[in-house]
Amino acid sequence: MQGNIACAEGALAAGCTFFAGYPITPSTEVAEHMAAKLPKRNGCFIQMEDEIASMAAIIGAAWTGVRAMTATSGPGFSLMMENIGYAVMSETPCVLVNVQRGGPSTGQPTMAAQGDMMQVRFGSHGDFSIIALSPSTVQECFELTAEAFNLADRFRCPVFVMADEVIGHMRERITIPDSVQIVRTKPLKEDMLPFTPEEDLIPGFAAFGTGRKIPVTGLTHNEKGYPDSTNPARHDALVRRLVDKVENARNQIADFEIVNEDAEYVFVCYGSPVRTVQEVVQRTKTPGTGYLKLRIVWPFPEDLLHRFPNVKAFIVPELNLGMISREIERHVCVPVISAGKIGGDLHSPDELIAIVERLRSGGAS
Amino acid sequence: MRDDWLRRDRLPHIYCAGCGNGTIINCVLEAVDQIGWNMDDTVFVSGIGCSSRAPGYILTDSLHTTHGRALAFATGVKMANPSLNVVVFTGDGDLSAIGGNHFIHACRRNIDLTVVCMNNYIYGMTGGQGSPTTPIGKTSTTTPYGAEETPFDLAELAVAAGANYVARWTSFHVKRLTQAVLDGMNTPGFSFIEVRCQCPTSYGRRNKYRQPGDFITYLRDNAILKEQWDLSSAPGDELPQDKFLVGEYVRRKRPAMGVPHEA
Repeated sequence: MQGNIACAEGALAAGCTFFAGYPITPSTEVAEHMAAKLPKRNGCFIQMEDEIASMAAIIGAAWTGVRAMTATSGPGFSLMMENIGYAVMSETPCVLVNVQRGGPSTGQPTMAAQGDMMQVRFGSHGDFSIIALSPSTVQECFELTAEAFNLADRFRCPVFVMADEVIGHMRERITIPDSVQIVRTKPLKEDMLPFTPEEDLIPGFAAFGTGRKIPVTGLTHNEKGYPDSTNPARHDALVRRLVDKVENARNQIADFEIVNEDAEYVFVCYGSPVRTVQEVVQRTKTPGTGYLKLRIVWPFPEDLLHRFPNVKAFIVPELNLGMISREIERHVCVPVISAGKIGGDLHSPDELIAIVERLRSGGAS
Repeated sequence: MRDDWLRRDRLPHIYCAGCGNGTIINCVLEAVDQIGWNMDDTVFVSGIGCSSRAPGYILTDSLHTTHGRALAFATGVKMANPSLNVVVFTGDGDLSAIGGNHFIHACRRNIDLTVVCMNNYIYGMTGGQGSPTTPIGKTSTTTPYGAEETPFDLAELAVAAGANYVARWTSFHVKRLTQAVLDGMNTPGFSFIEVRCQCPTSYGRRNKYRQPGDFITYLRDNAILKEQWDLSSAPGDELPQDKFLVGEYVRRKRPAMGVPHEA
């Protein structure tokens, strides 16, 4: 099965019944698969006039209580930034698949990249936090897309599956379980206002049409949902809560794999570069190497970086000029070697082994 | 009855003295009352601007969204749950400038929405900038020497794009407006009601209609009934300067989306 189709199948397994999207390479197969499957499951597929509208439509649908998603790539992702911010502010659960391609601008429609890893975290205006997952296999396209819906419902925020063209168009054999675990939003309690947070900083959810008469707005608002945009304390409290509800849970929701904890040279990787790292560490058994593979990249689980007692350097192969490597630099005192690569080709094992050998012989990268 | 639909704890509202928006909200709620919709099954959606603050004062579920995008959000609500009654409040800038593409596509799809556009010829909330409906020659903060661009005819645009119901009235024609909103709600598919209304603060002040009463008189005196015009004019006749048509533009049964199935 192709990675993009696995994303769609993961969404369907998770009970997604609404898809709004706009054709764009290399993500279009997700939309095509949903267009074929949803009508037969009493769901709704709608092709919107652009990605701005696609994002708007899934937010509208999510407020009726359904699981809603869209899929896109770089240029479309840029258009979605506006309403991603709205989903954050209005605490709307929704899922976006971004099959990343080379940018900036139209760039390389058919080539892989991971150049949107900072845009997903910081691209919409204002302070906020989101959850971003990154599959490195077709199996993970299925699993992480299904899990994205649970995280979106649990944290009431947009959740992103940050795939790339290689994973999206790769075909692998996968195992589809009979069912996947489903965690829905907490219900809004009878005596609670619609935006009053519970202990975990997340308010309960009530869908439109269930009698709760919820006024949803992108303006800074109070617990009733009423606009209150000129009160500095109100804005401070609201935005800090929106950030904290995600960031405070970063260790609890971290999804990762560690190989060779005692390694001196540790690769930190996510998405398709994981495959090259596994070749270098596990099959070639390059001496002294290990890796941390992140299935959830944002919120960034920095505690994991301290699980390597002998680490002399972190090496970060990513399909950009060094995005997550900068995040890692913030958290550690050892050298962080950015092995950014753009253009569309994956790193070769030899390229990564050469970096390790240079480091071992005392040379800078 | 209409009062029951208002959020009293949101008062006072943000509208300026003499604003036409309150009249239009009143007419829409009267139509909702007449059609007998239930509060719990009705959703108001809006974008950004003075018009778009309306849903926040109404006691139902509501989405006050991003600038120009109300129809795209409303499309998601209606397609995901067609049993909800969805009304969109929008303005001339929200609908036809930043939201112009969403407007024509929502008309084309004929989504079962009732859309009320408060056309006050201006961006009121940001202080009176020219919009796509500012008439040629009129003054705004961004057209200080008079607007030069030809304005949109929003009703004609909706007809051409495929809406099933289209009408235009003004904040003077409250009875006809209420009936038009009701007719729109009763017509499956996309219903568009353009309402020309006064903005004494941001438009009238700079265009010799400082007094709300003068502005409403202008709307009354320059509105020509579409039925009469259609009977009395020859094809190709141009409307006299400053005049505009009011009335029902179209009521038809093109295929629509998001229409609830009869039980």
